[in-house]
Amino acid sequence: MMMQTEMNAYYPDYSTAPIQRQINPYADNGGSVVAIAGNDFVVVGADTRLSSGFSIYTRNQNKLFPMSDTTVLGCAGCWCDTLTLTRILKSRMQMYQQEHNKQMSTTACAQMLSTMLYYKRFFPYYISNILVGLDNEGKGCVYSYDPIGHCEKATYRAGGSAGALLQPLLDNQIGQKNLVKPSSEDLSQEKALAILKDVFIAAAERDIYTGDSVLINIITKDGTKVETFELRKD
Amino acid sequence: MSYVLCPEIPAPGFSFDNCKRNATLESKGFAVPKAIKTGTTIVGITYKDGVILGADTRATEDTTVADKNCEKIHYLAPNMYCCGAGTAADTEMTTQMVAAQLELHKLYTNRESRVATANQLLKQYLFSYQGYIGAALILGGVDIEGPHLYMIHPHGSSVDLPYGTMGSGSLAAIAVFELGWKPDMEEEAGVQLVRDAIAAGIFNDLGSGSNVDICVIRKGSVDYKRTYDEANKKGVKQGSYKYPRGTTAVLSTKVLDVEEVSVTPIEAERMDVV
Repeated sequence: MMMQTEMNAYYPDYSTAPIQRQINPYADNGGSVVAIAGNDFVVVGADTRLSSGFSIYTRNQNKLFPMSDTTVLGCAGCWCDTLTLTRILKSRMQMYQQEHNKQMSTTACAQMLSTMLYYKRFFPYYISNILVGLDNEGKGCVYSYDPIGHCEKATYRAGGSAGALLQPLLDNQIGQKNLVKPSSEDLSQEKALAILKDVFIAAAERDIYTGDSVLINIITKDGTKVETFELRKD
Repeated sequence: MSYVLCPEIPAPGFSFDNCKRNATLESKGFAVPKAIKTGTTIVGITYKDGVILGADTRATEDTTVADKNCEKIHYLAPNMYCCGAGTAADTEMTTQMVAAQLELHKLYTNRESRVATANQLLKQYLFSYQGYIGAALILGGVDIEGPHLYMIHPHGSSVDLPYGTMGSGSLAAIAVFELGWKPDMEEEAGVQLVRDAIAAGIFNDLGSGSNVDICVIRKGSVDYKRTYDEANKKGVKQGSYKYPRGTTAVLSTKVLDVEEVSVTPIEAERMDVV
């Protein structure tokens, strides 16, 4: 009589070994987020295309989430994770407000987001997060994250599907990198807004997951202004 | 032996020299370079006087756009054109090779090429490579038998249809045809229908984009309309991104004098005729 293992070698179709099956819990729904901070303002923009594979789910999806009067979170990546994360974040912002009788500061919110992401270290939220706002002095600030909670403070940042395409452009145009005579002028709100729109035009040309339109939030001490800007739709 | 004056003629067909080496490298974790795909919408219809072919102009490399205005309607013969979807290099080379074969066949037989001949050449070639040549083609033309349209799949099967679509945007495009195609259409209505089908692919399929190319083939004449419609207008930039002079640092400067060399042409001597 043949041994079990020998039989399997001759009849691979009749294997009795356990088969491990897996599902993929993540989806990549694309999208790009760009944020630029100035001395007394911060602008953040996200495209409004939500897609999967080669198809578009919607051409009009807001990916910017207001967390407080002076804080906005921009998300790109797995949309279902974005919905869950922002829902929990918003409820924790509310709990803080009710407990302390004041709104959470941008810096505190940035730290909380990092903690919440790292809490899911081994089953992360598949999101590229960029948090923007005004700090306690009213200065614009940008925080960018990796999916498991590493946080970096910056003055400008591009994230999402066209992040790698846009970051070098921002490094040069805003960070004044690789220039012999960098300008010493402070970045104006108009210039920041123009560059933000222009980099999205550039991204829509080359990234298939970026397009349709951009939704922009301009945060100043007077509040948040919302603007939209059309992109190519192919 | 091969040397400069008498080069060795390489064996015809593909070289498989590096297959074993590449398989070894791949098994050791070396990432194989990706081929550019046309991730396309291509369509074709027959109408009253011939066939109309259409294509978008985007070529993609994974999720980035590699070419914003490429040509996907390839020449096969004066009375025949062929749309290609799939691996860009395969569609280009396959159609070029068959175009050469058809030209030689025409010279040999002194007759206009038939679309059925091109179909047979393409499908037999693709079948012999068992789908490894990733070309999905729409072949259209007008010959002595009238207008013909063939869909040819990468594995070598083909069908003769009155209208059809291929590529990643094929579903968006076929929906337009199922709604609007009628037998014996007028040319103007046919071109409009093909434009609409390609536009459906351009806007609803992320693999397709940019412009619409159209090729109308009638008995005895061809109208290749490159960039028939610019479906998407490029965004207008707000700022200027011209770098002022001196943006790049000059580290050192050195000027060399150019040496003057005079050349005297030598007259060829007359050959002695005995």
